[in-house]
Amino acid sequence: MAKISFILNGHKQTIDTNPNRRLLDVVRQDFKLTGPKEGCGEGECGACAVLLNGKIVNSCSVPLANVDGQDIMTIEGFSKTKQYHVIKDAFAEAGGVQCGYCTPGMMIATESLLRTNPHPDDEAIKIGLSGNLCRCTGYHLIIKAIHLAAEKGEGLW
Amino acid sequence: MKDISQSIIKVDNDEKTSGLAQYVADIEMDGMLFAMTKRSSIAHGEIIDIQYPQIPEGYYIVDYKDIPGKNIVKVIYEDWPVFTEKKVTYIGEPIMLVIGPDKQVIVDILNHIHIEYQVIEPVFDWTDSVIDYHYDKGQAKKMFQQADSIIHKEYQTGYQEQAYIEPQGYIGYPEGDKTTLVGSIQCPYYVKNAVLQVLGEKEENVRIIQATVGGAFGGKEEYPSLIGCQLAVAVKKIQKPIQLIFEREEDMTVTTKRHPSKTSFEAAIINNQLVALKAKVGIDAGATIGLSGVVLSRALLAVSGAYTINHLDVSGHVYRTNTVPNGAFRGFGAPQMFFAIEMFIEHVAKSLNEDPLTFKKSLLAKQGDFTSTNGIFRDPILMPEMIKKAMEVSDFQAKHQAYESSKAYKGIGMSLFFHGCGFTGSGEKDVIKAKVRLKKDHDKQVQILVAAVDMGQGVKTTFRKLVAHILDIPIDYVIFNNPDTDFVPDSGPTVASRTMMIVGGLLARAAESMKKKWHKNSSFTVEKEYEQPDYIKYDEKLFKGDAYPAYSWGVNVVEVEVNPYTYEVNVLKSWAVYDVGKAIDERVVLGQADGGLAQGLSYGYLEVMNHQSGRILQKNMTDYIIPTAMDMGEMNTYIYENPYAFGPYGAKGVGELTLIGGAPAVAKAIENAIGTNVYKIPVTPEYIMELIKNGKN
Repeated sequence: MAKISFILNGHKQTIDTNPNRRLLDVVRQDFKLTGPKEGCGEGECGACAVLLNGKIVNSCSVPLANVDGQDIMTIEGFSKTKQYHVIKDAFAEAGGVQCGYCTPGMMIATESLLRTNPHPDDEAIKIGLSGNLCRCTGYHLIIKAIHLAAEKGEGLW
Repeated sequence: MKDISQSIIKVDNDEKTSGLAQYVADIEMDGMLFAMTKRSSIAHGEIIDIQYPQIPEGYYIVDYKDIPGKNIVKVIYEDWPVFTEKKVTYIGEPIMLVIGPDKQVIVDILNHIHIEYQVIEPVFDWTDSVIDYHYDKGQAKKMFQQADSIIHKEYQTGYQEQAYIEPQGYIGYPEGDKTTLVGSIQCPYYVKNAVLQVLGEKEENVRIIQATVGGAFGGKEEYPSLIGCQLAVAVKKIQKPIQLIFEREEDMTVTTKRHPSKTSFEAAIINNQLVALKAKVGIDAGATIGLSGVVLSRALLAVSGAYTINHLDVSGHVYRTNTVPNGAFRGFGAPQMFFAIEMFIEHVAKSLNEDPLTFKKSLLAKQGDFTSTNGIFRDPILMPEMIKKAMEVSDFQAKHQAYESSKAYKGIGMSLFFHGCGFTGSGEKDVIKAKVRLKKDHDKQVQILVAAVDMGQGVKTTFRKLVAHILDIPIDYVIFNNPDTDFVPDSGPTVASRTMMIVGGLLARAAESMKKKWHKNSSFTVEKEYEQPDYIKYDEKLFKGDAYPAYSWGVNVVEVEVNPYTYEVNVLKSWAVYDVGKAIDERVVLGQADGGLAQGLSYGYLEVMNHQSGRILQKNMTDYIIPTAMDMGEMNTYIYENPYAFGPYGAKGVGELTLIGGAPAVAKAIENAIGTNVYKIPVTPEYIMELIKNGKN
């Protein structure tokens, strides 16, 4: 057991737990934040993506010890931001949402990408999404959505 | 009034983007236990003895001895035990559940259960034929006797895993005398009927509720009946809430997949024309038959592809092997057959030194032609103009010629295909007997009561839109909750590209009746039941008559480059043209088109799955490659309207059609790039190397 402190969706949290637990399990079980999903459990599909200090990570592959003193944002926190609203409207308009299981991860991936590259081209978007698997859409309309978000959210990133 | 095809924002976007949508793993209940499965470690044998460790208090073993009813999962062919009693027939066959409050302890118990087997020689070759079908059309025998020449080729397709991103799962709990399951499922009533038989319970004591479904693609058609039955037995025994959710490795190695297939064709040639076709089709069922007979039927019915061939001699076999059972997957036998026939027609044309396109166009099915089973293509077929469109936008002819004579390792390929919409033959009338209900309350709200599941294909949006459009009320007044068998009638399973055409068709009729009786302050219910168009008559045994009430059609063109050193394939661009009758929402159809084609393309060149002595070798998303965004080329889709009289606003099936043409189109593009014939999918770099090394064929 160890005391681990971190910022979760803007609030400081300290928990006393096994530091080897996966960040995904801690946010889902201890904080009841079920937006991040488990798809593969080995860092391959991106359904569990969260922002760690503003950058995308797969929370199933992060031991809790690694987030001590760090800033974590899940989809629940991100969905309160202006950026989220631009991205989700773009996904709706483009048709980038089907079964929805990968979608919270796609929101996080888009945010992480636009933070570093507010005007990505197709290639940059594909690289930005390459860690997030979607089996429904063939990615085409998700890529379109991200272009749309970049355009509509001009100045936000 | 607006054209119904004009897209609206999907009704479930916000709950999905925000992470608030509840999938089964997101449901937590007080005192919830977890279930994990002990499975067979051998491919074939008999259980002689089971040694259990000390089971701590609060932990349970649930096996066949706990089943109050019949130890068989109710699917079309009933040969699938809920828990095996003695005989194991594949690696991963479920033997028992271990249940308790702590997953670590469960794993520890599982690791200490020792099972002793008497090994029986497993069968992996396709020798044990358990279903044999045969049908004829015309006078194939005579034509083969008169033939100038006979061309013979064989084709093979591999496994495909559905790879929905959300693994299979349920939570089950008791509600008084009732056993309730909430799950990631396509077919609430399949599960309910299966559980009723296993528990030997009364109708009212089993309740099945659909959670938000994170992708299915056929993988959640019949498989959830198996694990639903297991969990129901556990809940009945333990009387506590229990969660049963697969991890990815378990999901990938033990759930049903697309049947591998082998097809042998012979073409009788007279005057350089293909006049008769002989086909022998085999599919690998795995250890249980389940849906395999129906999958084979759909494959056999598509034997002449998008063409009219007047003389057919068709036989098919389902082989049982000691491997994981195969089952439903978007397309259901059609992707295997369309790969084979599309390649064969092209290869025949090449053998005859005919231009493949001219050759294919001369054979193309036309309105009024007889189908493979002597039914009639009653509705207009728009394929000539669809092909023209696909060729224009892709610059097919010029590219095909240029790539053929160059060493650029680039290629372009085109596939032509259809999909029969709805259940095969008299399935809708005799087996499914769909029923839908619309309920209006005093506040002008109208509730849709059907068992159709939104698994991402957008039916929550399109059904609400359809009903609102007919009633001419705002979509917000129309409610459509996830199906719960305590409240919705059995409108049938969410399969077979039947949801909009059949269930939507019934809802449209119900909405029209409701509109006639509409009174602002009254509350009332309208029910409709499926009535088969009377011209549809089909004999399942003889394979004779109209197998489907309607057909959707498609043309795919795919352009690829092949790396000349590594032989890796890169899809550059694709163009797809579809006749789906009428799009109930254009953007939803475009989403299906992209996703279906992506799955079809990767079935053709990327997705490799195989077994070694019955053990599936690809265990996770790292080993089993599905496309990432990096694998996708530019996609272009064109939708043609061709309303079907009995579909709502003319709508036909969409979901499966879009997967079918991908594999043959990409395989032909690869042929164009490397200059040799392709006979099997997936077309891996290893296979391309083999083809190139072996030279022209």
